[in-house]
Amino acid sequence: MSPRAAWLLEALGFTDVSHYLGGISDWIGAALPIEGLLAEEATIGARARRDVTTCQLGDPVEGILERMGREAYAACFVLNDEGVLLGRIYRSDLRAGRGPRAADAMRPGPSTYRPDVTARDMLARMREHNLHTAPVTTSDGRLVGLVRRRDLVRAVEPEREGSSPKAS
Amino acid sequence: MPKTIGREDVRRLAAAGAQIVDVLPPEEYAHAHIAGAMSLPLKELTPELARARLDPNRPIVVYCYDPT
Repeated sequence: MSPRAAWLLEALGFTDVSHYLGGISDWIGAALPIEGLLAEEATIGARARRDVTTCQLGDPVEGILERMGREAYAACFVLNDEGVLLGRIYRSDLRAGRGPRAADAMRPGPSTYRPDVTARDMLARMREHNLHTAPVTTSDGRLVGLVRRRDLVRAVEPEREGSSPKAS
Repeated sequence: MPKTIGREDVRRLAAAGAQIVDVLPPEEYAHAHIAGAMSLPLKELTPELARARLDPNRPIVVYCYDPT
């Protein structure tokens, strides 16, 4: 559709016309600013926690375990130089002696979710699959953050949050 | 010939003052559009409307849903 629009505008005399190949789906998938109804809805991109532990393939596992010990999450995300998510290392993996580098210890290819998934849909999915956390990535694989079921309950069902201390 | 560009080019052009144009139907635009984009649905894109809404002296970036 947009290539035809670009050609039409050129035919009408506009001389500097470009066509964005990825379109709105690519833009939303990269967690870039949008407007409209979707922008007013709680999405997991907005709710994802950015303060997750990350490392690179060549990092020694000792340092990772030390950092995870100081931080709140049970997993470390392995990224490349571009911020693309390659794998996940659980604290239990490190305690079990996996290593010596992140590349040796990681579990490759974790399931990921796009930032434009609504909090409501994601909460239903997490309940269905008994997930408590899930990584959020852009459409080209870059880590946005970690969405927690507890945070989604707070966003979608605030009345439940106070009355359900075991929910996570 | 119109240029085909990627996301980073769109961000750069938008920051430089380009006109970002959503050519999807109005209901799609209402659902979600690039922040700051204007709606000019392809099916309504007459010469009169284009000339009334667009500045010929500034770059224009058009987009729809995805590459398909």
